[in-house]
Amino acid sequence: MNPMLEQTWRDPPGFLGALAAIDHKAIGKRYIVTAFCFFLAAGVLAALMRLQLARAESTLIGPDLYNQLFTTHGTAMMFLFAVPVMQGMAIYLVPLMVGARAIAFPRMNAFAYWIYLFGGLFLFVSLLLDIGPDNGWFSYVPLAGPQYAPGKRADVWAQMITFTELSGLLAAIAIIATVLKLRAPGMTLARLPLFCWAMLVTQFMILFAMPAVMLASTALILDRLVSTHFYNPAEGGDALLWQHLFWFFAHPEVYFIFIPGLAFMSSIIPTFSRRPIYGYPAIVLSLTSTAFLSFGLWVHHMFATHIPDLGKSFFTAASMMIAIPTAIQIFCWIATMWTGRLEVRTPMLFSLAFFFILVLGGLTGIMVASVPLDLQLHDTYFVVAHLHYVLIGGAVFPLFGAWYYWFPKITGRLMSERLGRWQFWLFFIGFNVAFYPMHHLGLQGMPRRVYTYPADMGWQPLNMLATAGAVLIVVSVLLFMVNALRSYRGGMRAGENPWGAGTLEWASASPPPAYNYDRPPVVRARDPLWEPISEPPAEPTQVIGLAERVREVLVTTVLDAMPSHRLVFPHPSLWPFLSAVTVTVFFIGSIFTPWAVLWGGIPVAIAVTLWFWPKRAETLEHLAVEKRP
Amino acid sequence: MPPQHVLGSVGPQALAIERLWWLTLIICTVVFIAVLAAVAWALFRAPRGDLTTPPDLSSMTRPERGAAVGIVAAITLCALLLVVLTIASFSTDRALASLGAPSLEIEVTGHQFWWEVRYSDTDPSRSFTTANEIHIPVGRPVLIKLKAEDVIHSLWVPNLAGKKDLIPGRDATLTLRADKPGTYRGQCAEYCGAQHAKMAFLLIADPPEQYEAWAAAERKPAREPGEAEQRRGRDLFVNGRCGMCHAVQGTSAAARYGPDLTHFASRQTLAAGMLPNTVGHLAGWILDPQSIKPGANMPANPMQPAELHALLAYLGTLK
Amino acid sequence: MSVCNHKIALTPFLAIALLAGCERERRQYELPAAQASQLKPAHANNERNAYAMSQGKNLFRWYNCTGCHANGGGGMGPALMDDKWRYGNNPEDIYASIMDGRPNGMPAFRGRINEDQVWQLVAYVRSMSGWARKDAAPSRNDSLYPGEPESMRDQRN
Repeated sequence: MNPMLEQTWRDPPGFLGALAAIDHKAIGKRYIVTAFCFFLAAGVLAALMRLQLARAESTLIGPDLYNQLFTTHGTAMMFLFAVPVMQGMAIYLVPLMVGARAIAFPRMNAFAYWIYLFGGLFLFVSLLLDIGPDNGWFSYVPLAGPQYAPGKRADVWAQMITFTELSGLLAAIAIIATVLKLRAPGMTLARLPLFCWAMLVTQFMILFAMPAVMLASTALILDRLVSTHFYNPAEGGDALLWQHLFWFFAHPEVYFIFIPGLAFMSSIIPTFSRRPIYGYPAIVLSLTSTAFLSFGLWVHHMFATHIPDLGKSFFTAASMMIAIPTAIQIFCWIATMWTGRLEVRTPMLFSLAFFFILVLGGLTGIMVASVPLDLQLHDTYFVVAHLHYVLIGGAVFPLFGAWYYWFPKITGRLMSERLGRWQFWLFFIGFNVAFYPMHHLGLQGMPRRVYTYPADMGWQPLNMLATAGAVLIVVSVLLFMVNALRSYRGGMRAGENPWGAGTLEWASASPPPAYNYDRPPVVRARDPLWEPISEPPAEPTQVIGLAERVREVLVTTVLDAMPSHRLVFPHPSLWPFLSAVTVTVFFIGSIFTPWAVLWGGIPVAIAVTLWFWPKRAETLEHLAVEKRP
Repeated sequence: MPPQHVLGSVGPQALAIERLWWLTLIICTVVFIAVLAAVAWALFRAPRGDLTTPPDLSSMTRPERGAAVGIVAAITLCALLLVVLTIASFSTDRALASLGAPSLEIEVTGHQFWWEVRYSDTDPSRSFTTANEIHIPVGRPVLIKLKAEDVIHSLWVPNLAGKKDLIPGRDATLTLRADKPGTYRGQCAEYCGAQHAKMAFLLIADPPEQYEAWAAAERKPAREPGEAEQRRGRDLFVNGRCGMCHAVQGTSAAARYGPDLTHFASRQTLAAGMLPNTVGHLAGWILDPQSIKPGANMPANPMQPAELHALLAYLGTLK
Repeated sequence: MSVCNHKIALTPFLAIALLAGCERERRQYELPAAQASQLKPAHANNERNAYAMSQGKNLFRWYNCTGCHANGGGGMGPALMDDKWRYGNNPEDIYASIMDGRPNGMPAFRGRINEDQVWQLVAYVRSMSGWARKDAAPSRNDSLYPGEPESMRDQRN
């Protein structure tokens, strides 16, 4: 513990200090906790939906409320839980894993969190006020258009997109810059941990995909507010334009959620197999090719439209092809386990579940990749089953594993192994009981997005079973919360590296101090903590000479991580929070009147200007550490 | 309830898809078991360690040929199976497109929340419109032209064919053929608003003679009702609220915003496939549709019992 | 700790938003039971209810009001989007016009259109001259577009 460094790098105390915090660990924890809260909220909505569907012709929940529930469940899970939690894990772990003191653009990173929080609250408060969107998480036009969606519900959805896309884009920039420019010296790209590769690839995908949905949702708000005709077929617009723009974003989006799951797998499996991962280059190439390929699949969500068959066939081939990079990674993990010495703790259990659940989901994905099969299965409960198998099996199970794995690093205490096993089995069994029957329901003709169904269709028994599984899932999540809270307060203390893992974050204290590393390491291998130290030790082993009174960071080159220059990072500041407030007012106002763009824009401009206004004290700081030739 | 199943094909379109389903299911099941077996083998075969076991770094210096060969073989096999499935998918596509020239064209327009079914003919006097029931002759290919009045819907009758979306501003078509007579249920398969869940229809495949008889009956306008109460009901229909939205050919009620009721009494269901077409259900539907389909566009119609009886008597004549 | 402070600070905003949002978004599907005279009729909020006016706009087309009044510009019948009202533009006046008809060609729709649907039409007609609340008034239709949507029209007396 270095008191001078702690003093320099820590966030200010108190309530205002919390608003001004820019430490990536604080922001990362906030992202994770906030995303978990949205997960709980969206899960409650799902539980209500399952209660309604358990019985045929149930009158528990009427159509208007049900339509808001399923829309908000999907929207919240995709935009407010799945993508932000993965970015939050990256924000917390990537700087530690690359040996950096901080994340790049720390104030922008904080701003991204506030925008995310305010956008998420906007959605849920709207739901409580009966303004919850009710056109599905995909909000097709013309149903969500000005004629068929009266009121502001569709606008709430569209503007929440703007909030979350802005937040996602900014966090992506911060993570990319950290991975490319703030790595410890010697951490060439070939030594970059697979977790960081996966997160890097994901953030690039975010940069390319999110603008499409921002464009689409902005065009929707314009159609609804000021009578543009983007989606009006009678005046030269096109209802299908929405689908193309939306799915061009939304298909890669499921990979924003899935690829970080792969990151967790590639981190946990080597640790619990006591060997470096098999096939590092193959996995890197697989991650990259998955990212590229995922941009070429979007029309498989539109197979039931009248798009020419030749065009659709291309997307069948691409959708089949994307299985191959994922398969490569799966086989590499199996090879790692096959040739390792296994210790099966809770994080490993969750990773093993991936092989069952995700693989099953991926195979049903192969089924719906085929145009003719999809024409039967599209928009039925078969697809509901498929999507939950791939998203929960491919991302949520590894995420829970990751939480068990990194909890000791983040909090300094281990989670209970016994409760963890109970939670795992409840979740695994509950998930399969809930979602497997839905494959059969789809084959038996049950469409999606229905608030009820006739009694004599014969769908009730399987629906009842699915609801029972959902109850088990609820219990398992509650058990997780109990475990986390109890362990946080009084769990067994973890040292720096309770799992004996090989990546750099395990070299810092648990929890890490504000400055991460007393002296940033120099890296000579892919798993730096596992490499035997040669005799005599190769010099240098640490970075020395960075200032301690000033937030100085070493920037290195992109490919080989050679030291490039030193940079002074900004101080904690309230301006990201205040700017986020002005931007929130701007966004929410502009769904009610176009004048909000003008009147709301002025405070935004003021806040952002003051944010960037140079401060004399900081300039003096920079000058003090500047080394002249 | 008439069947609505993917795995109960009664026509070549659904049958081609069902064959592809079984092929894909078998291949996917084999792959799934193989992957699980590999994981299980790795789990049970690998020696146990614990977290203090030093990591095995031999792979950093020695190439692992065995694993490489195994993985390359597995990936090659996967790629081959994917190619097989892709080819099977394409050839099913071709099969679906090769039904032959249609002998009948029907135009289905999707509304919130009912199906308008129009049988056009080059001779206008032979054209007719019905709702929520599609009749086709067995053994003959049928072309269904799909239009949407308001939002996107999707026509899906799984026993016969895959689904196709009805998109406003665009025209789409669906071809199918029933090879066995019977009644099959279909449902809207694209979320279209409050009552998407209750937008079903029946597709009835009849032997050709029976189909022609049905079509001939549909072409006729409604008969003049014989009894006084029925005539009172007709007057109520035409001069009251019903005629503002519904049409009955042969009367002055000619509005197109609700389903055409000319031969309503010969249909098996009402409220877009949701209720059996019996007097009791019909009475409840007329008086308060919102309690059955809240959000549908048909308003409540409170009326005196005598009026209701007359109206029901009249509607019963619309065979 | 800090989260509680946030919640307290947000409450007044929520309260205001509560009042604003609920009326606009409510979907009144069921026909309300016969109202006691001292209760406010359900249709009193129609000009603040987006669903009611959206239904009114649909009904205006379905019941063929456009046949004489076009999309508000009039033809055989007078224009409805201007500031000239022969019989007054209070909701009750417009209700009477629709229910009982008017001289020179306006038919009486009593017994042909439900009361609650007439009130939806009334709210829509008033929105045509800008009398509805802007955030609840209908926007453009997905059709060939004849002009400004009701949500952008200035109030015409």
